[in-house]
This record gives sequence, structure tokens and C-alpha cells, in this order.
Amino acid sequence: MKLLRIKAIAKKELVQIWRDPLSLAMAFLLPVILLFIFGYAITLDVNNLSTVVYDLDKSGMSRELTAELRESGYFTIIDNVDAHGAIDEYLDSGKARVAITIPKDFSKDIKKGGPAQLQVIVDGSDSNTATIALGYITAATELYARRMNGNHIKSLIDPRVRVWYNPELKSKNFIIPGLIAVIMSIIAAILTSLTFAREWERGTMEQLISTPVKTPELIMGKLIPYFLIGFLDVVVSVFIGVFLFGVPLRGNVFLLMTLSSIFLFGGLSFGILISIVAKSQIVASQVAMVASYLPAFLLSGFMFSIFNMPKPLQIMTHIIPARYFVSILKGIFMKGSTFRFLALETFLLSVFGLIVFALANGKFKKKVE
Amino acid sequence: MFERIRHMIIKEFIQVFRDRRMKAVIFVVPLIQLMVFGYAVTMDVNSIPTAVYDLDKSYESRELLRRLESSGYFDILYFVESPEAIKELLDKGKVIIAIQMDRGFSADIKKGMKTEVQILLDGTDSNTATIAMNYASRVVAKYAADIGMKHLSSFPALLDVRTRAWYNPDLKSRNYNVPGVIALMIMLICLLLTSMAIVREREIGTMEQLMVTPIKPIEFILGKTIPFALIGFFDMFLVAVVGLSWFNIPIRGSIPLLTLSTAIYLLSVLGIGLFISTISKTQQQALMATFLFFAPAVLLSGFMFPIENMPEIIQYGTYLNPLRYFLVILRGIFLKGNGINILWPQMAALLALGITVITISSLRFTKRLG
Repeated sequence: MKLLRIKAIAKKELVQIWRDPLSLAMAFLLPVILLFIFGYAITLDVNNLSTVVYDLDKSGMSRELTAELRESGYFTIIDNVDAHGAIDEYLDSGKARVAITIPKDFSKDIKKGGPAQLQVIVDGSDSNTATIALGYITAATELYARRMNGNHIKSLIDPRVRVWYNPELKSKNFIIPGLIAVIMSIIAAILTSLTFAREWERGTMEQLISTPVKTPELIMGKLIPYFLIGFLDVVVSVFIGVFLFGVPLRGNVFLLMTLSSIFLFGGLSFGILISIVAKSQIVASQVAMVASYLPAFLLSGFMFSIFNMPKPLQIMTHIIPARYFVSILKGIFMKGSTFRFLALETFLLSVFGLIVFALANGKFKKKVE
Repeated sequence: MFERIRHMIIKEFIQVFRDRRMKAVIFVVPLIQLMVFGYAVTMDVNSIPTAVYDLDKSYESRELLRRLESSGYFDILYFVESPEAIKELLDKGKVIIAIQMDRGFSADIKKGMKTEVQILLDGTDSNTATIAMNYASRVVAKYAADIGMKHLSSFPALLDVRTRAWYNPDLKSRNYNVPGVIALMIMLICLLLTSMAIVREREIGTMEQLMVTPIKPIEFILGKTIPFALIGFFDMFLVAVVGLSWFNIPIRGSIPLLTLSTAIYLLSVLGIGLFISTISKTQQQALMATFLFFAPAVLLSGFMFPIENMPEIIQYGTYLNPLRYFLVILRGIFLKGNGINILWPQMAALLALGITVITISSLRFTKRLG
């Protein structure tokens, strides 16, 4: 490898990037938009569940129960209905997600010492929200029952719960670090996936081939400018996460940047590999989108816990570099992990980068078909 | 006119499928998405990796552990002998939850005194942690109530809560996600194909050749969008059939209605693709612009994150998102068996949006061409 030739290619690529300010602007806009959506717009916490109540009892006790639900903050009671048919309509149209029916003898049964029945219907089509809603209802009714019971029972066991790393259980704190990994995977693949395909399509590849530049030099030269953009994206993302969203950064910033660079190298090489194999920009873009956003978003443990997946899929996640980068980022941000804890992840990321780079090297044929 | 459009469509198909790899993309990309969404995306939390530090080693402590394990939510992977070991396991992320029972746990219970269970959680994933915490507290509370009952023998169950989940009784995430994949995939494939195919003509320089033919802009637009609409339909049926047969997703509504809704949805998608092609000079720009639209559109559609939890301003913004309406329609048809009598507002909104988008884009496109 000759440094001079790498420099020349990198310079040419930089000029090309510079001449396309729209793409460059979008490369910086994309992480910012994603961070803002996840920081402000999206939350996994469920509240304001639209609820209808069908109260056949119409007693002080039934009203108290409804008030209990309302005050929990999780349920917004949008209507009191007077017929079963109305419940069907509310759930069918999706206007309500929860329907609570309080039967006629509700208060009588409670006064008798129970058990009084309570019917709860949830819209199960969004299973996640439904599961959480059921949990809330159970908690709220347990509270109600305990109050009605007076202090007859004392609980013998007192569970002392402590939450480490994220004591207030803010979803933002775990989403933002993971999101940086997702953004980097996507950006890296999108940036480089068209670089080789474009040259083939436009016919400029023949000119490049006729120069004495060697394959690894060509790949390296094309990689460097995009590496700079990607690295700036990391800096911007970390900055927004820490200063705008107040995500704690407990670990070492230099460690974070070094490991991000290793990940970027792998991600960019992967994009180049796609570009070399696909040869046409349309094919490359489709492959890059699916090969980057899907695994990074869904199989990295960023939001969906890996231990919940079926075994074959769990095994598959081991070859997804975003998985290791997500745990690195979460570790450095929230646990203040040092290199000792992240050594294995770092090693695997490096191996991935080198293998992909070597593959790209091998797949590139320096001749015209 | 139809003759010219027909030729244009034929040319487009030849161009798309000349590349062997493109055929694979149209088949494989939707199926990969379907498989990943069908299997990986679940918010259901179970088999949470758990560590136990039992200093009491009594019948009572083992009984509580047995209950935790048989609840199905916890997988006790480690029995440790020191608090340092717990810290190490949590730091390394090997377990999410650690349960500690101190010496005297059983003695206290037998004396009828209040005792403690320590529950340590890794809060990095706050969603899982919250759910794990609730499950653990519930198991402990149930155990406490059971032994409390033995002691006091008069704890009546006051409330009998009967819960039912409609439309998806087992609360399977898959039933919710797979219909959504149809919307997602049509958008991704059709947006990219439309915008890039048009920009490519410009980038390679074949646009000039097309311009000197007698083809009119409207014919060009139709010729460029119809092939991708057909690919969109094909992929819709592919995902629906595989979803039904492989994942056993119910389809309770009518298939003609599904087809009609897809056609209306495609208006918006192709319109946006056309619009992106008018603002991009290179395929690189088209790709980035597509993703810049696609990512927020998916995240703010209710596909995974309920719209009612978003800030109000953004909730209003989602009314401009075609995905939002199509998701309600898809889930309504698949899971609830809704008919047009319930879905018409969504379909009307989608149609209005589609006509607006495609008109604006066509006008812009014609102007740019002229």
C-alpha cells in the first residue's frame, strides 16, 4: 500500500462529496432527526389509555373504583356507556383500548365480604400496550381491594427493590446510547454502499482501473472521507445525547471514541462490500437498507431484548456487529464500564471489520467485463 | 397514449429485471423483513436471566425461588455466594435481576415478623426492568399473601378481576407486527425503486433520449410508477400469504378490501417517490432523501410506538403520514375483521392524501421536465 495513492483517492472522493452538499447535509441531518424523534416523540411508557366504563352498579363504591383508575394516571376515561353494544363499537373502531364493566351487585358483594366481580376487556391487537394495561389494572384494583379491606392483613414480606445504573428507569437513558449504534450502522452502510456501484454505473470505474492504484488502496482511499463524516456524526450524536437529553455519560469519552472508530471501520467496509457485490445503485441501496437498519434496529438488543428471541435468532445475533456496539455504548454511558469489561466486544468488532475489509478486497475485480 | 405507456412499462420491467440480483431483492427483502419482525420483535418479557444469593437456604427461601421460576418469567441461571458476584454478573450484563435473601428470612416468617427480600435490577433497559420488577413484586406479594393467610386464616379475596384480551387473546406481538410489515415493506421498496429509477435516467443521461421521443410527461410518470405499483402488490400478497401460512396470522376481513386499500396507499407512496426524484440529482441523494422520509414516517406511524403517547404537536403531524392510516386499515382487516363501514374514514383520508401528493409531485415533475 502506498500512502500517496490512498491520499489521492481520498482527495478525489472528498471533492466529490463536497460537490454534493445536499447529500452531505442529509448525512448530518439524519442522526439529528432520529435523535430528536427518540428523545422527544417516542416513549415506551404507556399512559393515557383511552378507557370506557360500563357501570351497572352506579354506587359510591363503583365510582370510587373508577376514580382510583383515573387517578393512577394510566387511564383516561373517555366515556361512560350504557350498553354492551357500545363497548363493542368503541373497541372495534379503536377509539378505546380498555373497557371495564362493573356488574350490578358489585357494591353488595363487597359489603358481603366478596368476591365481587369486575370485567376488564383490553384491545389485544397491540399486545405490548395490552400487557402493560393489564398490569396497571391489576395493580390499581389490588390497591383498591386492600383499601376496602382496611388493615386486616399485613404483608409479611417487604420487597426492597433497587434499580442500578438507571434508578428512575427512564427509557431515554437506554434508548439514546443504543440509538447511536443504530444510527452509525445505517449511516455507514448508506454512505458507502453506492460508492463503487456509482463508478461502475457512470463508467468512471474504467478510468480508475487503468491507473496503477491497487485494490486495498482504492478501498482505503474511499473509506477515509466517509470515516471522517461518520466520526463527526458520532461526536454530534454523543453531544446531543449528553447535553440536550441529559443522558449520563459515566465512562471514558476517549474509550467511547476509540471503540466507535473500530465499529465505523467495520460498518463502512460492509457498505463497500455491498457496493462491490451489487454493482448497480438500485440493488445496492435496497440491500444496504435491509442489511443495516433491520439487524441494527431489531437484532442488536437496542430495544428488543435478545434473551426473548427464539434460540436460532439469538445465535444469529452473534454475527451482528451492532449487537456488540450497543452493549459497548450502554456500558460506557450507563455503567461507566472500563475497557476490561468491553475487551471481548472490542475484539469481535475488530475481527468483523478485518474480515469484511478482506472480503471486499477479494471480491473486487480490477478489470472490465 | 396507452401504447406509449405500455412500451414504457415494458422497458421499465426489462431494466429492473435485467439485473438478476434485482429479482432476488424483490423476493428476498420482504421475506427477510417478515421473518425478523415475526420472530425478533417482541416486547413480551419472559425467561429473564436471574441470579440468586440465598443466605438463608431454608425451606421458605427455596419456596419463594420455586415460585419465581415456575412463574415462567424468570430463569435462575446463577446461585452466587457473595455480593461481589452479584455486582460482577450485573456489570457484565449476564443477568438482569438478582434476588437476595438474608439470613433469618425463614425465622422471621415463622415468628410472624416482617422480613425482607432484596431485588436488584439492571435498569439500563428500563422497559424490561419495569416489567421484571412488576413480575417479581407480584410473585413476592402472592407468596406473602399465602403465608399471611396461613397465619391469619381470614383474608377474603375481595375482588375477582376477570380480564380478557379481544382480537388477540394470547397477546402475541407477532399478530400485531406482521400486518404492519406489509405497510413498511411496500413503502421501502416502492419509494426507493421509484425515486432511484427516475434519477438514474437523469444521472446516466438517458433522460435526454426519452425527452426527444413523443412521450408526454404524464405518460412518463405513469410508465415509471405502474411497474413499481405492480411490484408493491406482488410483495403485499407475498407477505400476506407467508404470514398466513407460516405464522398463522388470522385474516378476518375481506381480501378485496385489502387490495383496494393497498391501491389507495400506493398513490401516496408513489407520489412521494416521484417527489423525491424531483429534488434529487443523483441516486445518492435519492437514497438519503428516501431514508430521511422513511425513518420518521415509520417511527411516527404507530407501527411500534402508540401515537397517543406522543406529544400533542407531533400527534397532529402524524395526520400527514400515509403509513398511519394504512396501519389502522391493515390491522383492522387482519385482526378485527373490520369492514368498510368502520374503515371508511381512514380510507378517505388516505385517498385525499394520495391525490394531493401525486398531484403536487406530477406538477413539479412536469415543470422540471419542461
